[in-house]
Amino acid sequence: MARHRRSIKDTRGESSLFRVRALVGFLLILMGLCALVARYYYLQVQRHDEFALRSDNNRVKPRAIPPARGLIYDRNGVLLADNVPAFRLEVVPEQVPDMKAMLSAIRDVVPLGEDDIETFRKQLKQNRRFDSVPLKLHLTEDEIARFAINRWRFPGVDVVPYLTRRYPFGPLFAHVVGYVGRIDADDLNRLDADRYKGTSHVGRSGLERSYEDVLHGEPGYELVEVNADGRVQRVLETHPPVPGKNLYLSIDARVQKAATEAFDGRPGSAVAIDPRNGQVLAMVSVPSFDPNLFVNGISKADYAAYMNAEDKPLLNRALKSAYPPGSTVKPFLALGGLELGIRRPEDTVLSTGEFCIPGQQRCYRDDTRGGDGTVNMVRAIEKSTNTYFYKLALDMGIDRLASWMGGLGFGRKTGIDLLGEAEGILPSREWKAARSKYPWFQGETIIAGIGQGYWNVTSLQLAHAIATFAGHGVPYAPRLVMATSAVKERPVPLPNPPAGPSLIRKPNDWNVVNQGMEAVVTGGTGKRVFIGFPYVVAGKSGTAERFSRRSNDYDTNKNTAYLAARHRAWFMAYTPVDAPRIAVVAMLEAGAWGADDAGPIVRKVMEAWIVATGGSVPPRATPETAPGPASSVPDVPEDTPVATPADLSAMPADSASTATPEDGGNP
Amino acid sequence: MIDALQVRLQRVLRRMMTRPRIDLPLAFGLLLLAGVGLATLYSASGGSMTMIVGQAGRFVMGGALLLLISRIPPSVLRSWTPWLYAGSVALLLVVATLGEVRSGSKRWLDLGVLSFQPSELLKLTMPMMVAWYLHPRQLPPSWKDIVAVGLLIAIPAGLIAEQPDLGTALLVSAAGAFALFLSGMAWWKIGSLLAAVGAMVPVAWHFLHEYQRNRVRTLLDPESDPLGNGWHIIQSQIAVGSGGMFGRGWQHGTQSRLDFLPEHTTDFIFAVFSEEFGLVGVAALMLLYAFIIGRCLWIAMEARDTYSRLLAGAIGMSFFVYVFVNGGMVAGMLPVVGVPMPLVSYGGTSAVSLLTGFGVLMSIHANRKVHD
Repeated sequence: MARHRRSIKDTRGESSLFRVRALVGFLLILMGLCALVARYYYLQVQRHDEFALRSDNNRVKPRAIPPARGLIYDRNGVLLADNVPAFRLEVVPEQVPDMKAMLSAIRDVVPLGEDDIETFRKQLKQNRRFDSVPLKLHLTEDEIARFAINRWRFPGVDVVPYLTRRYPFGPLFAHVVGYVGRIDADDLNRLDADRYKGTSHVGRSGLERSYEDVLHGEPGYELVEVNADGRVQRVLETHPPVPGKNLYLSIDARVQKAATEAFDGRPGSAVAIDPRNGQVLAMVSVPSFDPNLFVNGISKADYAAYMNAEDKPLLNRALKSAYPPGSTVKPFLALGGLELGIRRPEDTVLSTGEFCIPGQQRCYRDDTRGGDGTVNMVRAIEKSTNTYFYKLALDMGIDRLASWMGGLGFGRKTGIDLLGEAEGILPSREWKAARSKYPWFQGETIIAGIGQGYWNVTSLQLAHAIATFAGHGVPYAPRLVMATSAVKERPVPLPNPPAGPSLIRKPNDWNVVNQGMEAVVTGGTGKRVFIGFPYVVAGKSGTAERFSRRSNDYDTNKNTAYLAARHRAWFMAYTPVDAPRIAVVAMLEAGAWGADDAGPIVRKVMEAWIVATGGSVPPRATPETAPGPASSVPDVPEDTPVATPADLSAMPADSASTATPEDGGNP
Repeated sequence: MIDALQVRLQRVLRRMMTRPRIDLPLAFGLLLLAGVGLATLYSASGGSMTMIVGQAGRFVMGGALLLLISRIPPSVLRSWTPWLYAGSVALLLVVATLGEVRSGSKRWLDLGVLSFQPSELLKLTMPMMVAWYLHPRQLPPSWKDIVAVGLLIAIPAGLIAEQPDLGTALLVSAAGAFALFLSGMAWWKIGSLLAAVGAMVPVAWHFLHEYQRNRVRTLLDPESDPLGNGWHIIQSQIAVGSGGMFGRGWQHGTQSRLDFLPEHTTDFIFAVFSEEFGLVGVAALMLLYAFIIGRCLWIAMEARDTYSRLLAGAIGMSFFVYVFVNGGMVAGMLPVVGVPMPLVSYGGTSAVSLLTGFGVLMSIHANRKVHD
């Protein structure tokens, strides 16, 4: 081709050049298509006999074998999630002459719910006509027998065995282990189709979901011979699947049971953590639900009952419900005061019953009318003296407070091996700036010092924080699964290294705060709860208000039911004090007083743990009559000016009578 | 008012009759092809009306787009070209950062209502951009222009190959390269460029994903892996070979009905076609494709300016790449890459984007050179 050397575009020359190129291009394309046809000639004519024979012999095809799902055990090998053989009804649409007639006729043999039919119809649309579609899962013996007799009436319908999931403990582990559910259209888009060939269920909540990859395993396949209609004649070769790995929880089923029973049906949650490694020893959310109902598709009526229940049984309170922590933040704040060099242990504060910001009208109250007198740090923790912590929070300032408490894990996820954790709220300038047009007010710092105001904390976060403290400041992410094991192999522990260096730099700071919390149990709010307990316990109660106070008057209504409707009760504790091995938090959504209502739950969890670890618990020295009947008025009225340590047991743990977040700091 | 409207309507109708904006032979070829596609799909899907209706719906949507775009004159398309190109490359970048991962590759953009693959847009905007670039230049292109066009091709093609989607990357770069070829690039330059590309093959091998390398390996020896990658190739060849000269007849192919043939409604639908209609059917379909491509090139020759010429020619020629790559894959000549058989394979985006491309051709045809 001649090279054109012109400075102006030559449209005519270009056009003819293009013409040549287009013709050459078309010739090349024709050659390409001819080459393709030649290849097809080679396959379809020259090698036709060979391929026709192979096609006729093509009776062998691979079929996926779903892997058995890993089992779930507690720390002692008690089975929490099991696979049991079951039977389901399957339909090959192509072989059903009249789908409508079949569906109405089969209902007389095997009862079908509207849900079954609806799911079946949906899957029918997605599948090809010769793929079998499950019609009803988990047939009863009776249904199988009745179908067997009537089988001849239903061509294309068959009973097929499969493995289904069973949770022997039912509601006890529902919030921890979770449940599996049938794979639906959404799952199909999300999951790797090759790994889930032949699998009917997938983890939907709890550990079943967060450990789905570990539990699922790898599918195998078998080579099956089929007849001209595609029906399987025999199995030629089997490549077995690799079953999913088993999980070993750090939870002890006995402790879990004791914790659940301690609630006696009252809504709340409890979490027990081993401070030495972050292992969760119990995690309870009351009320619970039966996970077995979800496995083969929950009926609409059952689901509606759960969804409409006022106490929300499907909600994992330990993980997702965040409430103001009340006075339980005080020991952590005290530790911050020491570590940040704002307080020495011996520094004292005079509690007069009222704390006013210098130069402002607004005042914040102590629980005790008239105050607790002069208190140092240990005494302030023991008596939960609000004034001490108002002043400490004020001296610390909200920025240092937020940063210190944030370091303990408040306001963010703890990193537990469950999905859907709530973050709670850590009061800070940034948090408020993102949500309000008002700046941060000093009053908000003050009430943050006693765990009121914007504060919101989950039981898990508080348990994580107290376990971190009990472990001398070394933070571990809470872990429910402590080991996994492949089939027929020994369990392999999952490592859980500390999430960071110790938060406590001076060992004596720990001693001071620990001493304060010990005093809570020996002489403070927790005294009555732990009488006769074999180990030395340290703890702190919290009673957070559910509603804002409308007036600044002391509430004189002492009716427990009335108070329970207004308060949330917290209690956190760890034991043994010299080398803590268990830290427990209990929260009652409607508890009158932290120590008296949530405290006994903590004690019962600890007792169950002692028994589970081979110790023994002496019988209760004092029967639990201390709180008295619901209507009884505590023997010492709340407003007694000076309370002796003995009387403190009857005192409200705190119930900070402060201004509310809404009006607390705003002008 | 009504009268005026009626008069206008009549005028429009008359104009459409006397000087149709669409090229009837090309439209006829496409309709025939779509019919063959639906019939094959009916058989391959085992009579699934949901799939048939879905595919027919996409053809209708694509046809509407075709008619719409045929109303836009090429000069307007040309003025939009840089923006369309930049926009589609930007979408590719968006996908690379926050696209939705489906079965291991990141090609989808979820818009809430519908999700689509931005790489599909490049199949059209790429030849548009190359034609736009070469339009004002002096042709045949100099080395400088060739390098510039090379960059225009390489950037999006690299992004698509990275997703990873080699099939689309191949189609997109082929569309650009054809425009360059048609612009009259000197033969010796083409030769040296091809030699350079050939030398790059070992380097490219290094950058392929392991699964892609396996597909090439099993192509060379499919029997070595009869259950994994080789399964596709062997079963597809059995389907094709057992078809023979005249085929087993519509809806009588056992390979797909008994589920031996994987992907038998999408990438491997041509194997079903070959099994059921035999070599005669294959040759007839190839003739139909050749007719469509030839008609495209004829429209290109009749086009008014360089931009229209190059664009029409490149769209027509890249249609061939679909046919060749898919047909070769089904017959075990080429490795398994995700390139559909145009207008026969089941699947939304490719049908719609192909018909959109033919809309551009119709527009070029409507604004062809006026012969004296």
